[in-house]
Amino acid sequence: MKADTSLAAKSISLSDSKPRKERNMKKLLVKFSVYIFLILVAFTCLLPFYSMMVTSSHTNSEIARKLLLLPGTEFMNNYNRLIDTVPIWRGFANSLFITITSTALNLYFSALAGYGFSKYNYKGKNILFLAVLGTMMIPGQLGIIGFFKLMDSFHMLNTYWPIILPSISNAFGIFFMKQMCDSSIPTEILESGRIDGCGELKIFHRLVLPLLMPAVATLGIFSFIGKWNDFLTPMIILFDNELQPLPVMIASVKSQFSTDFGAMYVGIVISVIPVLIFFSIVSKKIISGVTAGALKG
Amino acid sequence: MKNSSINKSQYGFYFVLPFFVTFLVFGLTPIIYSLYLSFTKWDGFSDPTFVGLANYARLLHDTFFYKAIGNTLIIWVLSIVPQLVLALALAMILNEKFIRGKHFFRAVYYFPHIVTPVTLGVLFSLMFDWQTGSVNKFLMGLGIIDDPVNWLNSPWLSRIIVALVIMWQYFGFNMLVFIAGLQSISPELYEAAAVDGATRWKVATKITLPLLKPVLLFTFITSIIGGLQLFDAPLMLGNGPDNSTLTMVMYLYQTAFKNFDYSYGAAIAYAIFIIILIFSVISMKFSKMNKVEQ
Repeated sequence: MKADTSLAAKSISLSDSKPRKERNMKKLLVKFSVYIFLILVAFTCLLPFYSMMVTSSHTNSEIARKLLLLPGTEFMNNYNRLIDTVPIWRGFANSLFITITSTALNLYFSALAGYGFSKYNYKGKNILFLAVLGTMMIPGQLGIIGFFKLMDSFHMLNTYWPIILPSISNAFGIFFMKQMCDSSIPTEILESGRIDGCGELKIFHRLVLPLLMPAVATLGIFSFIGKWNDFLTPMIILFDNELQPLPVMIASVKSQFSTDFGAMYVGIVISVIPVLIFFSIVSKKIISGVTAGALKG
Repeated sequence: MKNSSINKSQYGFYFVLPFFVTFLVFGLTPIIYSLYLSFTKWDGFSDPTFVGLANYARLLHDTFFYKAIGNTLIIWVLSIVPQLVLALALAMILNEKFIRGKHFFRAVYYFPHIVTPVTLGVLFSLMFDWQTGSVNKFLMGLGIIDDPVNWLNSPWLSRIIVALVIMWQYFGFNMLVFIAGLQSISPELYEAAAVDGATRWKVATKITLPLLKPVLLFTFITSIIGGLQLFDAPLMLGNGPDNSTLTMVMYLYQTAFKNFDYSYGAAIAYAIFIIILIFSVISMKFSKMNKVEQ
């Protein structure tokens, strides 16, 4: 494909009849301005994060007085004032716990159901699969009031159950896993497993799941990000400060530190840095995942 | 031995069962229960009492709700138009073969999309703070303005800022979708155009854009559904002066969980659902019409 486009580009330039020097100048100018544009947009993407890190290391009076361009020395003071009131690392640990357990449940049951839809034939399978796809159309907050009241009657308010358990029913995960099973699990492998006397669940655990690992990794990253950023459900379900995940704590930092900007900036830094590290490690996988998902859509 | 029967198909049913059980308990039941609650009066303390359509009748005369619908649509339009134009321009540039560092640019543009929306909301509210925010300091430093602008105190400016946060968060994602669309266009078409001596501009407007139209429409439609449910980031920026940045879902949240009018909140949730449904149907009709035209 690369060779094709370069051929196309060559023939375009052949058909141009301007003198070569002028053409080269113009080309260089276009290239230059295109790069300037790209760098400018990249700059706007990163600038707020740079500004946040720089600002978090200055005193409140400095923040109020001038534009800060270089890091200061007050980070630890701001940090200490923040953790005196908000148990931010507790929130971090809570988020990690909720996210990991939810992602694990989501991945296991998505793979299991995707496999169940892909490799078995039973009555009503197609209708059930359509029902799964149909649940994707429902906006998330439609049942939120009933959810709240129902969890109250289950005595599950102020616990992690209502946040973690719904991860078992992830319609997009099932759709994604079904497609992966269709394309990358040969039926012969399942038959050979049956001949060797494996049970159906054992076939899934020993033969299918290992083959699905690349898909599990892709879905896992997106499930992880989605759950890490989850905000509305934990905010209404959890009352104790000690139980809240990071986004809810960041929201409470905003309302508690109305004028202590240094402490607020430190809170934001603590929330962004892990995401930044995570992204710089798996950015290739994330970007190819988005692109693959877009092609299917 | 029942298990040794040749036909194993019932296992497939057992494997998909956990989804349906969980969805029934945590998805469908709450939705139906919400519908029931929307016909009651319930403040969270005493038991719900049936009041019929009273909540919906109240909703029809609720100026706050109409304002919230308007705000949500305005913010969506303000964010979606520049967002798609920018995403399309960047996708077309990054699809050119001479650009170096493609992965770097893609990664940087996509990064804001995975940062927690709540954090972005707080970050922007601090940056646009009129006394201490870095945006005012920066603009004054450049000499563009003499006095600090009170951004979040003006209805339109605060809407624009909310739209800016949304745009900033989603343009990278849309760009990746468009790049995927561009890469699926057959290279033979470009060769044919080159043989015919088409200019770059002609290639872009006569081949690339028409072929990308389905992808553009798809992005547009899905963005309506997402845009109508705007919540996290605008909540952090507040209701705005005269409730100018109060979105529909923010109104739902504040009615139910701040004012403890749960049953009215349930009615709002259903009204939002119906509005989303109407917009989805309109946009699907619209995209079908486009297909027929082609």
